[in-house]
Amino acid sequence: MTYRIVHYINQFYAGIGGEEMADHKPELREGYVGPGMQIEKLFNGEGKVVGTVICGDGYYGEHTDQARIECLELIKGLQPDILFAGPAFNAGRYGFACGDIAATVGEELNIPTVSAMYPENPGVELYSKKTYIAITTDSARGMAKAIPSMVSIGEKLLKREKMGPARLEGYIHRGIRKSFFHEKSGAERAVEMLLAKLKGEGFRTEYEMPVFNKIPPAAPVSDLSKATIALVSSGGIVPKGNPDHIRVSSAESFGAYDISELKNMTPENYESIHGGYDREWANVDPDVVLPLDVMRELEAEGVIGKIHPIFYTTTGTGTAVANAERFGKEIGEELKKAGVDAAILTST
Amino acid sequence: MTREIERVAGIPVVQIATIVPIMLTVGTNRIVPGVAIPHPTGNPALGPEGDKAVRRELLLRSFKALTTPVTEQTIFEK
Repeated sequence: MTYRIVHYINQFYAGIGGEEMADHKPELREGYVGPGMQIEKLFNGEGKVVGTVICGDGYYGEHTDQARIECLELIKGLQPDILFAGPAFNAGRYGFACGDIAATVGEELNIPTVSAMYPENPGVELYSKKTYIAITTDSARGMAKAIPSMVSIGEKLLKREKMGPARLEGYIHRGIRKSFFHEKSGAERAVEMLLAKLKGEGFRTEYEMPVFNKIPPAAPVSDLSKATIALVSSGGIVPKGNPDHIRVSSAESFGAYDISELKNMTPENYESIHGGYDREWANVDPDVVLPLDVMRELEAEGVIGKIHPIFYTTTGTGTAVANAERFGKEIGEELKKAGVDAAILTST
Repeated sequence: MTREIERVAGIPVVQIATIVPIMLTVGTNRIVPGVAIPHPTGNPALGPEGDKAVRRELLLRSFKALTTPVTEQTIFEK
């Protein structure tokens, strides 16, 4: 049997025009167009590009919902076994369109889809997990390598062959880890890695470290004596009994509690449930993690305007960066809405 | 979390914690080194008055951090 291949490209690669034709509406042409010829050639008789769907990058970007439906219909009508989209290299709108149509077709038609982009293409961040994106250079000069890369991934998917790790197969990793037994123990591999590092030799981490963004510092508080200050903690300080069941580690949630009537953190009203440090001192006096007692004194003395009535809390240990960021966003939004001027965040 | 609160709310956030390199890595802009991991804002070994005095000093230092303009990550050690 020959595989029925559908190829998605933009107005430029279809030879319709450049930027001035970016509003080109979805169009279907029989057989291959432009780079699709190379795709069919590489299938060596095992596959045929039955049709090419062309859409202007501007049209897809500005009328995404409509473009998606229209392109999907055209693709569906061809009864494809696989969809190739692009290569888009570093073209942002094209990458977005390729990723979007590949993800949509994959989900709706349940067929393999493959695109190809430069890792910084915005389409990567949005769609790398929903399709397979072959890695390319940043410009069409990389076309000669991009097409074979896409095709080799596509063939594996069609033949349901085992797909190897991203770095070996040439696609952008999708965040999926497959466990397997290694001949060497973790201890041996760790020591080898350390020795390589010390010798200045190359080594490859088994687990990618997250990259933390930095932001420009916010402006300082202009008048502390009038300022409302919020208290936040990742030290796992919660009302006694942990009523919202915040996890002792790898937190999935944060709590928000009214402390407006509280002068002091005591073991009667609060406790620490954090699984990552010795809670002995915190449970004798939670103020050593959440300094409410002295904050109240400073508030009474007029050093600060007031303490924000809601206190935010979670457990920091083992908590996924993505979750911590989400908590920060949500808390930040609440503090912004409440007109809070500053925050003190304690961690253990 | 610290950085996201600051970013989204547009307010200065000072973080009191012991392991300064971690705070630097995760992008905290105003850092006050805490006393110890299990009790960043107190020192129970000094007895109740000593403990409270330490807490007060840390908070006053935090207020200093909140009212000081900074252009990059800054550690307020005193």
